[in-house]
Amino acid sequence: MKSSIVKKYVMALSGLFLMLFLFQHFCINATSLFSSDLFNNISHFMGTNPLVQFAIQPILIIGVVVHFIMGFVLELDNKNARKIGYAMNNGAANSTWASRNMIWSGLVILAFIALHFVDFWFPEINTKFIQGDWSGAIEGVEGYRYFTELQHKFANPLRVGAYIVAFALLIMHLLHGFSSAFQSLGANNKYTRAIKGFGKVYAIGVPVGFIVIALFHYFNH
Amino acid sequence: MNLTLKIWRQKGPQDKGGIVDYKVSDISEHMSFLEMMDVLNEQLVNKGEEPVAFDHDCREGICGMCSMYINGEAHGPNRGITTCQLHMRTFKNGDTIYIEPFRANAFPVIKDLVVDRSSFDRIQQAGGYISVNTSGNTQDANSLPISKENADLAMDAAACIGCGACVATCKNASAMLFVSAKVSQFSLLPQGQVEATDRVMGMVKQMDEEGFGNCTNTGACEVECPKGISLDNIARMNREYFSASAKG
Ligand code: SF4
Ligand code: FES
Repeated sequence: MKSSIVKKYVMALSGLFLMLFLFQHFCINATSLFSSDLFNNISHFMGTNPLVQFAIQPILIIGVVVHFIMGFVLELDNKNARKIGYAMNNGAANSTWASRNMIWSGLVILAFIALHFVDFWFPEINTKFIQGDWSGAIEGVEGYRYFTELQHKFANPLRVGAYIVAFALLIMHLLHGFSSAFQSLGANNKYTRAIKGFGKVYAIGVPVGFIVIALFHYFNH
Repeated sequence: MNLTLKIWRQKGPQDKGGIVDYKVSDISEHMSFLEMMDVLNEQLVNKGEEPVAFDHDCREGICGMCSMYINGEAHGPNRGITTCQLHMRTFKNGDTIYIEPFRANAFPVIKDLVVDRSSFDRIQQAGGYISVNTSGNTQDANSLPISKENADLAMDAAACIGCGACVATCKNASAMLFVSAKVSQFSLLPQGQVEATDRVMGMVKQMDEEGFGNCTNTGACEVECPKGISLDNIARMNREYFSASAKG
């Protein structure tokens, strides 16, 4: 863990894992655009399946924590590697804004995750583990409660606004992060250009997709 | 042309240092940046002041000695050149130019614009070599088959002149581009295989101990490198490091 290259591997692997997670989360959310039943059924499955709840979910949380703790460690180390800075530095001349500001986009995403936990995750844990209600039902609604809850959350314009800001920064984070992860793992071959291209599509497509879903429910509740 | 120079002056390693303003006039656009500095120094000497200390040697872009962070970029605004290859025609009459030393904890300032880059030497000594028998019966180089592709890549990596612009430019003060060029130039060739594992482990360890930062793939180094050393070398070093760690 002391080696700078091992830190790179850790950052890259946890980042790739989180991108995989983000994609499946996106796919599930996307079902809410066209079928409340499908969305409810998948949500209920994910929320109650023991494998998901007790194996995959803890791994995911570890992944998030490792990624952001390592991010802080790297940022502090790197700031310390140049104690006296330049009076005049033209960073934009040789690198992208996204690549130089991963810590700031990362912090916004972290704040968003906190909001997301307050919005969805804590209430879920409370219902299931504290109140012991695993039925997925809610008073006054036929079928499962998830879709209704989702609509309710996205009725608030402030929350939708926060989503848009966070996902815009996620685009910046991923624009650098995706190809960077492959570079860190040493991937460099005939697929490199394809990876970079796909990375751009992913980095823009997935967050924009999340924004569209949020706006859709805001305008259709 | 007439210019205002904002130059970092520092009497010695312990001195705090600071930016001092100077004016130079009648600078020819054909001068190199270092010649412009010579003109300034002559003025200072004539006035009985201490000239600005700066590194230089070959003045033709091959030794890597000249440094300087000019207007926020290592070796100034142009691409693929060292400071000695930067010409005054890049600037306009009346410009203000910031001139600072390369900054990194691992490159401490000795005086004014001169920094100590011996940390690079120590990294090199930690594995940047091959052990060959030079007792007089060295075998003919052509008896070792090497693919054209690898020979070219190794040559490209060997073009690194150890100037340190990559470190100076990197927001993390990381030395990955330099180290990866030195690792690559050997690892691409059969002669480099014998010590491949020890080399990458040793050089990366030394790099970390010298206090360089961690690479975050911003790619600034590649843009500012006077010799066009590619980020591909860093990817290669990351792979090498992985297989070397697995071998233990
Ligand atoms: S990699 Fe380029 S910028 Fe870095 S030391 Fe070598 S020549 Fe200079
Ligand atoms: S003085 Fe040798 S490279 Fe500039």
